[in-house]
Amino acid sequence: MAQKTIEEIINSEVILSVEDLVIKFNLRGKELTAIRGASLDLHKGESLAIVGESGSGKSVFNKSFMGLLDANGRIESGSIIYKGQDLSKYKTEDEWIKIRGKEIAMVFQDPMTSLNPLKTVGKQVQESIELHQNLKGEEAKKLAIEILNDVGITEPERRYKQYPHEFSGGMRQRVVIAIAVACNPNILICDEPTTALDVTIQAQILQLLKNLQDKYDLTIIYITHDLGVVANVADRIAVMYAGDIIELGSSEEVFFDPKHPYTWALLSSLPQLGIKGEALYSIKGTPPNLFKEIKGDAFAPRNPHALKIDFVERPPYFEVSPTHKARTWLLDSRSPKVEPPLLIKKMQEMGAKRGDIID
Amino acid sequence: MINDKEKLLEVKNLKVEFGKRNKKFVAINDVSFNIYKGETFGLVGESGSGKTTIGRAIIRINPAASGEIIYKGKKISGKIDAELDKELTRKIQMIFQDPMASLNERAKVDYIVSEGLYNLKNYGSEENRKKLVEEALSEVGLLPEFASRFPHEFSGGQRQRIGIARVLVMEPELVIADEPISALDVSIRAQVINLLADLQKQKGLTYLFIAHDLSVVRFISDRIAVIHKGKIVELAETEKLFDNPLHPYTKSLLSAIPTPNPRVERNKKIEIYDPKKSHFDYDQYPPHWVEFEPEHFILANERELEGYKLK
Repeated sequence: MAQKTIEEIINSEVILSVEDLVIKFNLRGKELTAIRGASLDLHKGESLAIVGESGSGKSVFNKSFMGLLDANGRIESGSIIYKGQDLSKYKTEDEWIKIRGKEIAMVFQDPMTSLNPLKTVGKQVQESIELHQNLKGEEAKKLAIEILNDVGITEPERRYKQYPHEFSGGMRQRVVIAIAVACNPNILICDEPTTALDVTIQAQILQLLKNLQDKYDLTIIYITHDLGVVANVADRIAVMYAGDIIELGSSEEVFFDPKHPYTWALLSSLPQLGIKGEALYSIKGTPPNLFKEIKGDAFAPRNPHALKIDFVERPPYFEVSPTHKARTWLLDSRSPKVEPPLLIKKMQEMGAKRGDIID
Repeated sequence: MINDKEKLLEVKNLKVEFGKRNKKFVAINDVSFNIYKGETFGLVGESGSGKTTIGRAIIRINPAASGEIIYKGKKISGKIDAELDKELTRKIQMIFQDPMASLNERAKVDYIVSEGLYNLKNYGSEENRKKLVEEALSEVGLLPEFASRFPHEFSGGQRQRIGIARVLVMEPELVIADEPISALDVSIRAQVINLLADLQKQKGLTYLFIAHDLSVVRFISDRIAVIHKGKIVELAETEKLFDNPLHPYTKSLLSAIPTPNPRVERNKKIEIYDPKKSHFDYDQYPPHWVEFEPEHFILANERELEGYKLK
């Protein structure tokens, strides 16, 4: 399978365009701003990874594309353009039903809880075929068996009649993926698709998703906090912090030449980069309280490289390359030159070295 | 160097079974290893491999069907007298995986941390107990005031610190940490790993670290045992295991570790472990647990051992 180059991706059609999205929730009489003006263009056929810690808003951001926000949440401003329509203006379930499944489908995190224990696995796949592909009865069943086969379930005819409890964790995740693919969507959102799985199974599921992407011409968004998964699957990476995308670039750019101090900190705290016997790098403090208005760069209070302006004014995006941008004042030409931490330099060297060999 | 070290815990031919008669399931089968005083011993395996069961057998939640567990020269599996029981309850402690599920929601932190003390009634006066709780909380980086709060007021990382505080208050020697950081975010993970390492240095603790994430285990463990379907298949010093894995299952597990490097990840080849193909006729030549070279143990039969030697 040929990996797409970053140029091919950037030049392909924009399938989903989010602009200045603000999402708020009402909680116990107070207002929480979960997404603070995030923008993102999704290109057809790409694999985009959205990386962030719990509470960074990565799940809320993606749920808003499918009208799955909780009842106390609302889109305050901004737009989500898909096929010429602004999804952020959708109000009724009738409108959303045209998008959900058919256009944008989701693979949920935990295969143990996202299947119906009272229905056979085959019926659950068939259900989404009947709902979204206008097939009925035997025809739908035939396609369901075919899709079960596609997701790597052996003896699909026999497995079709079995219940979820008869499947292992990895096999259940395959079923969940089968259900999403059976809707024949354009965009597939995978919310932590392998977090609940063992490493060996994890690798298989990622390979499966890549194969399906080719076969069904899918655009995939991976939501994850596991940077190993990201390195494996992503063409581009968006790093989220406190409800905003603070850095966006190709996989190579974000891993080997990150610009935002939060991305530095996130990569530095990986045990794979740590030196045994020494303390692992850890980010001080906690993420900001989203009930309060955030001034300047949200990461500034935890950032040892913070400039004065980081506490006053929110940084705009600075372009590093046509495919790479980051929201940090460090990239402003007027700001002092700040060297990235040692571990990030190590990554940069790694990136430069291997690049020579490949070219 | 390790040979001079004191054996804190010896596990000999341990077998743990669940169920009765024809429904019997052997969760742990003929497992032997030692844990030296002051080291971090990593136990790695997939879900269902039995790694947690071993931890639970050591802390005496799951009884051993056969074999022995020896702590500081004394047998602790099977029937033991009340005094030893009390001593072990204090000296062997466990940190659990999910800090969201393992703390009593209805109890204040003060009670959660003191529960072990209440059980053993060894804290002397009420004043002294409060002091012990405060000390434990400050050792894990929490404020003493937190004692009067409930678990839901804390974040995941803070809750795991409470889980560690309730272990420390017992002044244990051996701490069994069962996936203590799997449920935490990357940056919080680093904080908890550092905390565990600091506490080990200060208090000379010995850790049995149970996990499925090999990159974390590599970072903190002195030695690693790999377990597959109730049997330990390989055991060696950490870097030796990573440099020279012998057992095909270890190789497959190592090949699957995610690396934060897109170029490596894209070209990664995963070795698939298939017991039927990977091993030389186990029905006729059953495998044994052998010390292949000093401190490097492996489960293999004679033919396989010869193959390993040739390399």
